[in-house]
Amino acid sequence: MVESPSLPEPVISIKGLRKSYGETEAVRGIDLEVERGEIFAFLGPNGAGKTTTVEILEGYRKRSGGEVSVLGEDPERAGREWRERIGIVLQSGRLDPYLTVRESLDLYAGYFRAPRPTEEVIALVGLEGKADERASRLSGGQQRRLDVGMALVGDPELLFLDEPTTGFDPSARRQAWDVIAGLRDLGKTVFLTTHYMDEAQRLADRVTIIAAGEIVARGTPEDLGERESGETTIRYRSNGREVVLRTKTPVRALHELTEKALAQGEELEGLEVTRPSLEDVYLQLTAAAELPTEGRRFS
Amino acid sequence: MNGLALVGHQFRYDQKAFWRNPASVFFTVMFPVVLFLILAVVFSGEEVDVRGGIDATTYYVPAIMSLAIISATMQTLAMTLVIAREDGRLKRGRGTPMPPWVFIAGRVGNSIVVALMMLVLLAAIGALFGADVPWARLPAILLTLVIGAAGFCCLGIALTAAIPSQDAAAAIVNAMLLPLYFLSGVFIPEDQLPDGVIAFADLFPVRHFFDAFFDAYVPAGGSAVSWDNLAIVALWGVAGLLLAIRYFRWTPRSG
Repeated sequence: MVESPSLPEPVISIKGLRKSYGETEAVRGIDLEVERGEIFAFLGPNGAGKTTTVEILEGYRKRSGGEVSVLGEDPERAGREWRERIGIVLQSGRLDPYLTVRESLDLYAGYFRAPRPTEEVIALVGLEGKADERASRLSGGQQRRLDVGMALVGDPELLFLDEPTTGFDPSARRQAWDVIAGLRDLGKTVFLTTHYMDEAQRLADRVTIIAAGEIVARGTPEDLGERESGETTIRYRSNGREVVLRTKTPVRALHELTEKALAQGEELEGLEVTRPSLEDVYLQLTAAAELPTEGRRFS
Repeated sequence: MNGLALVGHQFRYDQKAFWRNPASVFFTVMFPVVLFLILAVVFSGEEVDVRGGIDATTYYVPAIMSLAIISATMQTLAMTLVIAREDGRLKRGRGTPMPPWVFIAGRVGNSIVVALMMLVLLAAIGALFGADVPWARLPAILLTLVIGAAGFCCLGIALTAAIPSQDAAAAIVNAMLLPLYFLSGVFIPEDQLPDGVIAFADLFPVRHFFDAFFDAYVPAGGSAVSWDNLAIVALWGVAGLLLAIRYFRWTPRSG
C-alpha cells in the first residue's frame, strides 16, 4: 500500500493520452496533472473529448496510447482497493426511483469498507428534509445532489464530476456549486468536467481547456483570461453615443480619458472597464481549435 | 462486508425496489393470479385429456405456476436490468468496489424468492379451487423450480444484450414469451393443440419447463422429477449463461 498523503506525486497524471474510435481520434495526445486537494476543471465544448478522457481516468474505457496514473495506479488494471478511494458522478446517471434518499445511500454504503455515515452525507449534499423521500419525487437538482452523495458515501480521496449541473436552473446550480465548493474544505481532490465557464470560474483552482481532442489552454481561472488576450475594454457614452476602446495599456488610456474629461468638466457617462471574461477566452480558443487549418495550438 | 453478506445487503434493497414498483407487482404477482382465477372460473368442471383425464383446475395450477416462475425470473430480470443499464445505474455500481457478481447474485436471489412466493400463493389459491397441494412431491417441486428458475434467470440476463432500449424491453420480452405460452399449452390445454404445435414448442425451454413442472406437481402418473425435461432447461440455462458472460453490458447502449 502506498502512503499517499505525504507524497508530492500528483493525484492524476496523464502523458500523451490518445483515444481513437475507428478512424476518428477523440483524444490526440494530451498531458495533464491534478494535484491533491484541488478542484480541477476540465473544460470544453460537447464532443471535445472530455467524457472520453474522464472515462479513461475512471477505468470505464481503455486508452489507445499514452500513460495514465490515477492515485498511483493504472485505471485499466486497478481493482477493488482503488475503487475504495474514488467517487464517480456520471454525466447522465439516474437513480433507483423506488428507493428513498437514505436507502440509496445506505445501499451504496454497504459497498465500501469504511463508509461515511449516511446522515453526514445527507447533510453534506443538503438533503436533510428529503431523507425519506423516494428519488422519483425529488427535483432534478435534488436528484443530482443525491447522485453526488452516492459518490461521497465511500469517503473518496478523489471525486470525478462529469458535467454535474447540465440542465439546471440557476438556483439549483448555485446549490450544487455550494456542495462542490464544500468538498474542497473536506480536502477532496475534484476532477470536474463542464462546458460552463461560470462554473469553472466559480469553483476551480485550475482550468484546462480541451477542444477537438487537444489541450488549447491551461491556467488558473484568473490568469487564463489575462494571458490569452491582454486587451481591456473601456466603454462610456459621449453625447448619447457609445464609445468602445480596446487597449493593452488600460492605465494610460484611462488616465488620458479622465484627464480630458476633467479638463472639460464632463462626466464620462456609463464608464465601464472590463477584462475579457473566461467565457470570451474560451469561445475564442475553442472556435480556433475547430478550424481544420494549422495554427491551432495556443499553449 | 464479505461477499455473501454483501449479496444479502443487495438483495434487501432489490426486494424493496421490487415491491414498490407497480409494474413488477402487477405483471409478476397480480397478473398470474388474475389469469389463474379467470381460467379456473371459465373452465371449471371441464376435463383435460392428459394423463387419462384431469380436471381443468388441476391442469392450470402448474401451468400458471410455470408462467409465474418464468415471469419472476426471465421477464423481471430482462426488463429491470435493461432499465437499470440505460439509466446508468449499472455503470454507477461498477464504479464502486462492489464485485459485479454480487450485484447479479442479489438480483437472481430476488427473482428466485419471488418465484417461491408465487409457488406458495398459487398453490394456496389452487387449493381453494379444489386442486390439492401435492405435499409428498414437495422436494421434486422445489428441485424443478430451482433448476428452472436458475435457467430462466440466465436466459433473462442473456436477453438484455439483445434489447437496445428501455422502450423495447417489454415488447421484446413479451413477443418471445407470449406465443410460447400459447404454443406450450400454458393458456390452452395441450389436448386441444395440434401435435405439430407441441412439437414446435418442444424446441424452446418454456415447454420443457412446463412439462417438468407438470410432472412434479400433478400426482396422476409420471415420475415426480422429469430429468430429461430439466436437463434441456438446464442446457438452455448454460447457453444463456455463456451468452450473458460474453455479451452482458454494464454501460448504456445510448451514449
